[in-house]
Amino acid sequence: MLEKALIGDKRYWTWIFILLSLILIGTLFYLRQFNVGLTITGLKRDITWGFYIAQFTFLVGVAASAVMMVLPYYLHNAKAFGKMTILGEFLAISSVFMCMMFIFVDMGQPFRILNVFLHPSPNSLMFWDTVVLSGYLLLNVVISRVTLDCERKGINPPTWIKPIIILSIPWAVSIHTVTAFLYSGLAARPFWMTAILAPRFLASAFASGPALLILMAFIIRKFTKFDPGKEAFQKMGIIVTYAMIINVFFVLMELFTAFYSDIPEHKEHFQYLFFGLEGKTTLVPWMWTSVTLAVMSLILLINPGTRKRETMLGLACVAVFGSIWIDKGLGMVVTGFIPSPFGKVIEYWPTLPEVLITVGVYAIGFLLVTGFYKIALSVRSEIEA
Amino acid sequence: MHDGGKILIGLIVFLALITFPIWYHAVQGKPPVIPDPKIITDAKQCVAPTSYMKTNHMTLLNEWRDQVVRQGARYTQAIDGKIYEMSLTKTCMNCHSNKSEFCDQCHNYLDVDPYCWDCHIEPEEPVQ
Amino acid sequence: MSIGRRGFIKLAGLTTLAGVMGKKAINAFADELSALPAEIGVSLVGKRWAMVVDLKKCLRQDGCTDCINACHSVHNVPQFPNPKDEIKWIWKESFDHAFLEQEHEYIEDELKHSPALVLCNHCDNPPCVRVCPTGATFKREDGIVEMDMHRCIGCRYCVAACPYGSRSFNWRDPRPFIEKTDPDFPTRMRGVVEKCNFCAERLARGRMPACVEACKENCLVFGDLEDPNSRVREVLRANFSIRRKPSLGTNPEVYYIV
Repeated sequence: MLEKALIGDKRYWTWIFILLSLILIGTLFYLRQFNVGLTITGLKRDITWGFYIAQFTFLVGVAASAVMMVLPYYLHNAKAFGKMTILGEFLAISSVFMCMMFIFVDMGQPFRILNVFLHPSPNSLMFWDTVVLSGYLLLNVVISRVTLDCERKGINPPTWIKPIIILSIPWAVSIHTVTAFLYSGLAARPFWMTAILAPRFLASAFASGPALLILMAFIIRKFTKFDPGKEAFQKMGIIVTYAMIINVFFVLMELFTAFYSDIPEHKEHFQYLFFGLEGKTTLVPWMWTSVTLAVMSLILLINPGTRKRETMLGLACVAVFGSIWIDKGLGMVVTGFIPSPFGKVIEYWPTLPEVLITVGVYAIGFLLVTGFYKIALSVRSEIEA
Repeated sequence: MHDGGKILIGLIVFLALITFPIWYHAVQGKPPVIPDPKIITDAKQCVAPTSYMKTNHMTLLNEWRDQVVRQGARYTQAIDGKIYEMSLTKTCMNCHSNKSEFCDQCHNYLDVDPYCWDCHIEPEEPVQ
Repeated sequence: MSIGRRGFIKLAGLTTLAGVMGKKAINAFADELSALPAEIGVSLVGKRWAMVVDLKKCLRQDGCTDCINACHSVHNVPQFPNPKDEIKWIWKESFDHAFLEQEHEYIEDELKHSPALVLCNHCDNPPCVRVCPTGATFKREDGIVEMDMHRCIGCRYCVAACPYGSRSFNWRDPRPFIEKTDPDFPTRMRGVVEKCNFCAERLARGRMPACVEACKENCLVFGDLEDPNSRVREVLRANFSIRRKPSLGTNPEVYYIV
């Protein structure tokens, strides 16, 4: 089946060429980072996690969101999602792979990564994160392989795959919960140490992931004969709507607790994000962009008149994805370190090499997704022929 | 089989290439370079028998590392009853201070690049 | 019977795996050197090492950095020109930054903006140890929170978890930035985290930590909290002392006399 990814028209290969160029640039800059050290990033003594870990956190959410396709289809027989589940699973595989790559490029000694398995530390959430992410990758690889293979052969999937698919549902929730626990258990960082962090992560994941899937399905529909059907798009749109409402609600909950209690330790992080602290305002325009996009998306999504029009739905999905990418990425990760344990406000911004390496990793993820989708769609069009 | 001739030729070329290091020296006429580590210390005995050290010095160093760093135990008793501090720089390199003529001889030959020296300080080599 | 391409590749993969596993299994049975660790009577042994910093005495020594210089030179701590790469094991922060929970507008002037010595607190309940995914940072039985540079993967989770900002990461190779290498202690390489280690290597040789020895005014007292007759216990009995961020439950073992 893999050979189907190697057959394509001019547009397909142009896209692949663009991705490969971005990957090449990213790799060259990574080699420089590997030789010199992480000093070429914008990270510093007081802000030790930045752009890479932000992408990791965001993408774990996207990976977990595949469950939003699988759950309705397998547990509640929502037939509309039948054609989309495989796309969700392939997106999950690419996202988890990107997550692992982001961790790899962020580590000081990446070739010692096996130490995590050679010296397991059950007290560490990072150990568990490695375990559940690897398990999730394996689950999705097995599920997508078996279901697509059987579809191609025109037979029913084997009975043993059903419990594995059901397992992937709580597992998806667990990968993002464990990632949230990475942050929410640290007494040192009061911005992260909130019980609502895990629910926020899940809500934003279930909004941003399906939003991306809708956008990708639109793109595929434009370039190929694949059409999941109006009902699928609408049902996914409703999932994104509810998830985004809950996500924004959770953020408002955080803002209330922080500002009403007036405790400096709680509110100064939000002050930094939305108004700036001690005159330092790097993230302020970004956060207000995120807010604007969120409000815009909710207006478009909640109103059925706009949600039912696919152009508007597409716009809303872009807004949802962008808003959450900013908020969960840089907004959440960097602000955990501001103010520092000494109460100082020290800012961070990614450097060019950092951004290019990130783009390279994203390009690898998109390459995987492109290849996988090509395979899935070729198999489908073969069957229909 | 199909293309049998091409496959056979391909296999022979492959075998020739892969055994290149083995037959190259014989063809060239020059003797192969054999690493010759020089011991410059007067001490009669290493912390363990030479034959063991040749095959297992890496394992020994790993064990020392774990004992010193993780267990906090810094001293060990060798077979001859002498007590040594388990330290690469202070014990091993005390006798084998000629790193380029001793350690590097075999390491370079085998293209082994132990990262110990990224942190552990190489002692000044004695001037010949 | 043809096994087909897929079958052949599967067989080759399994054979390779079996070969690699087999070799590893044989190595595991190799003879171990009977390296019995024997403690020589010289080491300082304690059950719970702690340090007391006499802040009042220390801050009267305007501009003194004896302890910092001693520590950083004995441990080959690099000096980077770019502050973002900074590595420090022990340094001075102003009082209101070091003691966020204790500061208020009307603190006596002598104390308020004076420098307070800060270092790793070697907490009794260290969050950094809890989060380390490889056990590269661990708590010894004598209370010292130690770093195993060989195992550290440079994930910087411990840096995020430390409420006191005690830890530094090697963003680049430190060697070119070490003024004068002390041959008795290794340097670090890029990509690992480092911090104060309560001079475990000096304690093993019966000496006090470098900072304690270097302080001419004896502002630093180091000893075993479990020994009721130790200097640290004496000093803590006789003076009012505070710790940094006590409400977090980390139980830091560096005490400050104010």
